[in-house]
Amino acid sequence: MSSTAGRLVTSRSELDLDHPNLEDYLPSGSSINEPRGKLSLRDLLDISPTLTEAAGAIVDDSFTRCFKSNPPEPWNWNIYLFPLWCFGVVVRYCLLFPLRVVTLAFGWIIFLSLFIPVNALLKGQDRLRKKIERVLVEMICSFFVASWTGVVKYHGPRPSIRPKQVYVANHTSMIDFIVLEQMTAFAVIMQKHPGWVGLLQSTILESVGCIWFNRSEAKDREIVARKLRDHVQGTDNNPLLIFPEGTCVNNNYTVMFKKGAFELDCTVCPIAIKYNKIFVDAFWNSRKQSFTMHLLQLMTSWAVVCEVWYLEPQTLRPGETGIEFAERVRDMISLRAGLKKVPWDGYLKYSRPSSKHSERKQQSFAESILARLEEK
Amino acid sequence: MGNTSSMLTQYDIEEVQSHCHELFEQQEILSLYQRFCQLDRNAKGFISADEFLSVPEFAMNPLSQRLLKMVDGLNFKDFVAFLSAFSAKASLRQKVQLIFKVYDSDCNGKVSFKDIMEVLRDLSGSFMSDEQREEVLSQVLKESGYTSDSFLTVEDFVKIFGSCKPEMDVEIPVD
Repeated sequence: MSSTAGRLVTSRSELDLDHPNLEDYLPSGSSINEPRGKLSLRDLLDISPTLTEAAGAIVDDSFTRCFKSNPPEPWNWNIYLFPLWCFGVVVRYCLLFPLRVVTLAFGWIIFLSLFIPVNALLKGQDRLRKKIERVLVEMICSFFVASWTGVVKYHGPRPSIRPKQVYVANHTSMIDFIVLEQMTAFAVIMQKHPGWVGLLQSTILESVGCIWFNRSEAKDREIVARKLRDHVQGTDNNPLLIFPEGTCVNNNYTVMFKKGAFELDCTVCPIAIKYNKIFVDAFWNSRKQSFTMHLLQLMTSWAVVCEVWYLEPQTLRPGETGIEFAERVRDMISLRAGLKKVPWDGYLKYSRPSSKHSERKQQSFAESILARLEEK
Repeated sequence: MGNTSSMLTQYDIEEVQSHCHELFEQQEILSLYQRFCQLDRNAKGFISADEFLSVPEFAMNPLSQRLLKMVDGLNFKDFVAFLSAFSAKASLRQKVQLIFKVYDSDCNGKVSFKDIMEVLRDLSGSFMSDEQREEVLSQVLKESGYTSDSFLTVEDFVKIFGSCKPEMDVEIPVD
């Protein structure tokens, strides 16, 4: 796909540099493209292909489907099922929830009482300090997972600390990070959040080497790209974890992977995560809930069940572009986790598509009209 | 909750059906209602322009601004009526009427040379010059017996489209 270099010069948005031609994925609607002899008035007035595409998008579109949270089917619609469900609610809210809160609080106390001294006292001995902090972070993440009664099955070889490697995974919620972190202390690249999450980010997660970015700042990308590059070169840094989708998707689909993670000139180790929705839907719909509400929802459900697959590390094949590499890895992850692929950039959640897409349609329309005009 | 069929009564469905000339079945209306509620984020009862544009496939469409003027702020009944032209059961006349309405942006019942030029401009953008567009349009108008001063009515459109129904069918996904 050599499309990236030439045509994108006309585009103003930096976000466009991240994905291949949408038109390669979407069905091309316009039948006016096929030269069918001389142009008649009816041909010119017939805007039905374009209208049909627009109406089709209004009725159903693959982008909105990626962010739809499917509430679990209610099963308490019966005279004897309803009391059973009520009993379940009582158990979940009055028994499990307090127990979980206590467990989590306990975990935090242990963590902080060890982390703060270690961080302060072992300032000089970096290697030892990092090792202990790694173990502590893994521990607090295990406490978090326990607080939702998380049942996580890991498949495949555990990640190891080596330079020139980066891990990529599909993204459903911020808890993906916690689920993976309890097994290995990754350095993750995340959006900087406000509130208590932001506080945790700047204190504890800094110590494992996490990197922050700000979606809304375009200049940020170069700085972050440089930080990523520096990180993977270091031999003693924690393995880097990137969520190339850039946003939370509902664990039924995968959106386009951003190519940044695939152009760092190192091995890419894919991780596939699939949540079993039977007990709770772990998708964090950031438009509908804050992270705190999301956590509370998880803590008042029965369990969070998921599977994690560490897949075979991949390297860039000769002649392959960054985008092709990203798509190949996305194929692997989608196949393993049973997710459907859609051709959309996750950032379209926050911004409009650039005009280059409609420009391309305009171009093909104009070209076909002019071509048919030549035919006398 | 996501399950919205409990919010539409049988009366509501029948009212919507008669408003859209019985072109949609009950199941399709229920699916459309789910979709309407999904797009209408804060349950205002209509979908705003911004919410339509949050569907990337729609925002990318060259005619999106024209269509937006027609669908912005519609309540559910009118939303279904708008989409009814895209039903497979809609007649040639109903489909052509929608096409006419897209051209006739000032709703005066007449489509002028200027109106067609504006739609052509939306469709071809900067890839055709105004002169080229004028040339093409004048030529095909002349060949069909009209002039550049002609005003086309709905009947003219129906005549131009002849007996061949425009391919304008959208299937409503029923899950």
